[in-house]
Amino acid sequence: MTKKITIEPVTRVEGHGKVTIHLDEENNVKQTRLHIVEFRGFERFVQGRPYWEAPVLVQRLCGICPVSHHLAAAKALDMIVGAGTGDGLTPTGEKMRRLMHYGQIFQSHALHFFHLVSPDLLFGIDADPAIRNIIGVAMEHKELAVQGVMMRKFGQEIIRATAGKKIHGTGAIPGGINKFLSPKDKEYLLNGSEDFNIEKMIEWSQGIVSFFKDYYKKNKKFIDDFSWFPSNNMSLVRKDGAMDLYHGVLRVVDHDGKKILNDVDYQNYTDYVEEEVKNWTYMKFPYLKQLGPEKGWYRVGPLARLNTCDFIPTPLAQKEFEEFRSLTGGKPNGHCLHYHYARLIEILHAAEVMRDLLNDPDLMKGELTVKGEKSFEGIGLLEAPRGTLFHHYKINEDDQITMANLIVSTTNNNIPMNRSVNIVAKNWMNGQAEITEPMMNAVEVAIRAYDPCLSCATHALGSMPLEVSLYDAGDNLIDRKRT
Amino acid sequence: MKGKIKIIIDGKECWAKPGQNVIDAARDNGIYIPSLCHVEGVKPAGSCRVCNVRIEGRNMTACTTPVADGMEIENDIPELNELRKAIIEVLFVSGNHFCPSCEKSGNCELQALAYRFRMMVPRFPYEFPIKGVDASSKYIYHDRNRCVMCKRCIRTITKDGKNVFAYSSRGGKHLHVVMDKELAAQMTEKEAQKAMDICPVGAILKKERGFYSPIGQRKYDTEPIGSDVEKNIDHLKQKEQ
Repeated sequence: MTKKITIEPVTRVEGHGKVTIHLDEENNVKQTRLHIVEFRGFERFVQGRPYWEAPVLVQRLCGICPVSHHLAAAKALDMIVGAGTGDGLTPTGEKMRRLMHYGQIFQSHALHFFHLVSPDLLFGIDADPAIRNIIGVAMEHKELAVQGVMMRKFGQEIIRATAGKKIHGTGAIPGGINKFLSPKDKEYLLNGSEDFNIEKMIEWSQGIVSFFKDYYKKNKKFIDDFSWFPSNNMSLVRKDGAMDLYHGVLRVVDHDGKKILNDVDYQNYTDYVEEEVKNWTYMKFPYLKQLGPEKGWYRVGPLARLNTCDFIPTPLAQKEFEEFRSLTGGKPNGHCLHYHYARLIEILHAAEVMRDLLNDPDLMKGELTVKGEKSFEGIGLLEAPRGTLFHHYKINEDDQITMANLIVSTTNNNIPMNRSVNIVAKNWMNGQAEITEPMMNAVEVAIRAYDPCLSCATHALGSMPLEVSLYDAGDNLIDRKRT
Repeated sequence: MKGKIKIIIDGKECWAKPGQNVIDAARDNGIYIPSLCHVEGVKPAGSCRVCNVRIEGRNMTACTTPVADGMEIENDIPELNELRKAIIEVLFVSGNHFCPSCEKSGNCELQALAYRFRMMVPRFPYEFPIKGVDASSKYIYHDRNRCVMCKRCIRTITKDGKNVFAYSSRGGKHLHVVMDKELAAQMTEKEAQKAMDICPVGAILKKERGFYSPIGQRKYDTEPIGSDVEKNIDHLKQKEQ
C-alpha cells in the first residue's frame, strides 16, 4: 500500500508551502513535491497602472527583499525612459542604487543565516524545536545573535539612507535615483559607533565565514552528504566575468563548468528562458530553451553565483572564493548546504563593496537621473539575495503597464528545491511509517538552504509554516503534522 | 483692531475681516480648521464637510460660513474631531486609497488628515469603486477611483477660460469627475503640475514625475498637516504686541 506524507506549513520560511511525500508499500519514498499553494497576482494587478509606479508597487511582493524588486523594476523602466541598461545611468544614480542593493544583500543574507538557519547548525536538525530557534541562539550564543541582529540592522540602515525607509522605500525612479547620500548618513555608516560601523561589519563578516568553515571541518560529512546533485547554474556576471549582483550579462554553466549560456544580453532573455506550468502548484518551472524542460533547469542564488563567476572583485571575499572553489577542484559545487557557505562569502563581499561605495564622492553630488528616447518595453534583471530576478514590462501609448512578467529567484530555484526535498525525504524517511519532527525539519532545512522566502514566488501573505501529511496507497490521509 | 470684528474660537478672542469665512479667519489667527476642499481665494464649495465647526449649537461648514460680530465658534473639541475622523474614514473607504504604492503619499492631504486624527482602520466597509482611469492626456494621469469629490479641480483648473474638469453622471449612482480630453490635450506641463498640486489626493497625477521627492522631504513627512497654521500663533502674538 503506498502512502502520501504532506509537510504543511513549512516553518522559518516566509510564505506558505507544503510538501507531499508519497510512500510505497514498503514505506519507501516514491514521489515528493514542494507545493506553493498561494496566489498573489502582482503581474495582473499592476496592469493599467502608470509605469513609474511599478518599482514602488511591486516591491510589496516581499518584506525581506523588497529592494530587489524595487531595483529590478527600476532597471526595466530605465529602458522605457531611454536611460539604457545598468551602465546608462549617471554615476550618482548607479552607485546609489548599488549601495542600496548591496545593503539589501547584506541584511537579507544576515537574516537568512543568523535568524533562520543558524539554529539548525548550532543545535542540530533533531534538537528540541523549543530551543532550535533564534531565541535559543540568543540564549546560548549571545555574541553570535547580537552580531546577526546588528549586521541586519546595518544593511537596513544602508537601505534607509538610500531609499528613505528601511522597508518599502522609494529611492529608485525610472532613469536614476531621487536622492544623494547625506553627509550625516555617510558619517553614521562609516563611523557610527564602536560596534556599528562598516569596518566592524567587515570584521564580523570575516568572523562568520570562519565560523562556518570551522563548523564544516567538524561536520564535513553532514554538510556534504545532506543533499548533493549536479545542476546547471545561472547568474549575472560582470562583462569581465567578475561577480556583480546589480548588473551584468547572463551566464549559465553546466555541472562541469562549461558555459552553456555565454554572457548574453539579458534583454533577449525570452530567447533563452521559458517557463513551464504544472497543475499541482502555482509556481512555474523555468528552463533553458536550448536544453528543454527535462534538462534545462538550473540553480540560482549564492551557490550558483559562486559557480558561474570567474572571480570576486573585492580582496577578502576573493580569498574566500578561491578556498571555496578549491573544495571542488574549481568545478561547480552541487552541495545543497554549501549555499550557506556561499552566502557568507557574499556577505563579506557585500560589506567590502559597501565600504568602497560609502567612500565614493559620486554618491553625494552630480546628476540624479538621466532620460532619453522613450520605448514601450523594458526588461530588468539583477541578482537578488536568493538568485536571479527577472522583471519585464510593456506599456501603451498612455504610459500604462499592459504586461508584466516576473520570474523571481524562488521560481528559478523551483526544480532544485524539489530535487533537494526529494533527496532529503529519501535519506530521512525511507522505511518510516510515522513522520517525526526531525524528519519534517530535515525537509525544511533543505528548503531553507535555497530560500527562506517562498512568499514572493506566487505569492503568499502572512506567516509561513509547513505541514506534512502522510497518505496511504489509496490516497487516504493517515497522518498529518504541523510544525 | 480697526475695521475688524471680534469672534471667539474655542474661547479665544480672535479678530476677523468682515465678510471673511470662518476657516480663513481662524487661519489668520493661528487656528487650524481641517479641510480637504477649501482653497484660499477660491469660492468655497462646502463639499468635503471636514471643516465642520459648531456655531451657536449648530454644525456649520467653516468654509461657507461668513464671520459675524461676536460669533462663538467651537472647533477643536472631541465631538467634532470624532465626526471629522468619521468623514475621513468615509472618504477612505469610498475610493481606492492604497497609500503604499501611491506617489502622492507624504504629500496627500487625506493621508495627512488621517494621521492627524489618528485613524487606524476605517470603521466602514470598503467600497472598491470602479470609476475608471483616464490616461489619454499627455501630461495627466487621472485616476477617478481616488477622487474625493472636493471639486477643487473643477473650480480652479481651466484652459482658455474653460473648465478642464467637471462632474459627470450627476444624479446617477456613479457621480464622478471627468476630464475634458480635448482641453487636457492642450495643457502644458506646468498646468498639469498645477492640477496635480491642487488635488488633495492622488487622483490627478502629473505624468512621469512620480516619487521624485525622497521620503523625508515630502510635505507632511516631518510635521502634521495644519502645523504651518498653528506655528503662526507665536508670530501673530508678537505682531499684536
